[in-house]
Amino acid sequence: MSWQALVLSVKLAVIVSVVLFVIGMPIAYWTAYSRWRWKFLVESVVALPLVLPPTVLGFYLLVAMGPRSPLGRLWLRAFGHSLSFTFEGLVVASIIYSLPITVQPFAAAFRSVDQQLVQASATLGVARLRTFARVIVPLSYAGIITGMVLSFAHTLGEFGVVLMVGGNIPGVTRTVSIDIYDQVQSLNYSVANQTALVLLLASFLTLSVVYAVNRKVWAL
Amino acid sequence: MKILRPCVLVLIALVARSAQAGEITVAAASDLTFALTEIAQRFEKTTGNKVRLSFGSSGNFFAQIQNGARFDIFFSADVEYPRKLVAGGLAIGSTLQLYGVGRIVLWAPAGSPLDVGKMGMKALLDPSVEKIAIANPAHAPYGRAAKAALENLKLYDQVHSKLVLGENISQTAQFVESGNAQIGILALSLARAPTLKDKGRYWEIPIDSYPRIEQAAVIPTAARDQQVARAFLEYLRTPEAQAILRDYGFQAPPEKP
Repeated sequence: MSWQALVLSVKLAVIVSVVLFVIGMPIAYWTAYSRWRWKFLVESVVALPLVLPPTVLGFYLLVAMGPRSPLGRLWLRAFGHSLSFTFEGLVVASIIYSLPITVQPFAAAFRSVDQQLVQASATLGVARLRTFARVIVPLSYAGIITGMVLSFAHTLGEFGVVLMVGGNIPGVTRTVSIDIYDQVQSLNYSVANQTALVLLLASFLTLSVVYAVNRKVWAL
Repeated sequence: MKILRPCVLVLIALVARSAQAGEITVAAASDLTFALTEIAQRFEKTTGNKVRLSFGSSGNFFAQIQNGARFDIFFSADVEYPRKLVAGGLAIGSTLQLYGVGRIVLWAPAGSPLDVGKMGMKALLDPSVEKIAIANPAHAPYGRAAKAALENLKLYDQVHSKLVLGENISQTAQFVESGNAQIGILALSLARAPTLKDKGRYWEIPIDSYPRIEQAAVIPTAARDQQVARAFLEYLRTPEAQAILRDYGFQAPPEKP
């Protein structure tokens, strides 16, 4: 059983869900409340990684990170090395991959907040950001936790995109799903089984948390 | 009712036709993508049978066949997989046939400053090389060969921190072709393939620096159409098919499997 790969995956998933929390909140707020006519286009772009095959996403990312794309060259000039086959590259890829699964529960929760409360806060002269922090967020905690946990679990189980842009470097880009795949390919079924079982239990646990929070099993 | 009769006749004709010409599903290692497609087309033309080709990693197909996938022929990049199937009673031992020996090459994209033809293996040590793509030695036959060659030529320790591993040899090619890795060790058959031929330069790695990549085909016991499958393997021995294999860089196999 490969602990190195497991630790790497958990590290990746934690970083990705924290970053997604930070960038997902404003995006979700905007998609929940904006009245812009073409909003649906932005919503479609955000949701794209849900329907695109990971191979397509991974292939685009690989090309985009490469030295022949303007983005890849820009990154190379700024940081002196390419983004492909690095841990940072995986972080960027996973953020894009898990964006919809985080933003959508956030936005759904924001949308379901009673607008009268938001308006009451506004009439009392409270600024919008403060209203967001003091009224909307506390009333949306279940959706926010759902989004966070899902982004964590989604990143933990990510395979196709990592396979396409990671390059399978031990301790850097060899995540647990890649490790399991390698073990199966090498016919080490028993090792693969052990790691897969750990991943299965971890996923079950995270999903249980989501459903428990949504059912309000614990009063928060 | 008037329209029914011609419909039935057409249907009967179709059924009769398909009964006459067989159809086989072939699982093949991805290094055969181009050579086998060409061979299959000619086979279809001369015999009227249909060949459905499915390319992927030998290890994957091996696992699929073990778990009940019904392929008519399995072309493996490594003779070990077919041998294991035969040993497990999942493939017909008498049909095991070596069809070629794979070769590995050093490959760099056309625009690269690395002239692999001149530099040979020294190209790997060039300061401009940040990443070297090879197939995963843990399960890909070409990866095993690449690693062995690096070790035998006393380069492995110097380059191993730069290695990135492709899941199979085609993905390895993708890593280099896209420019994400500056150089890679690929199958000669891919370097000569139409899609890569004009996109880079290659240098053949000395064949004595790695164990022979013996490639073999076998008919699984669960094959649906053994007759056509055997005919296809027979066709593979013809000079016509052999010439295509040689063209793509598969050396003639040793006589005995």
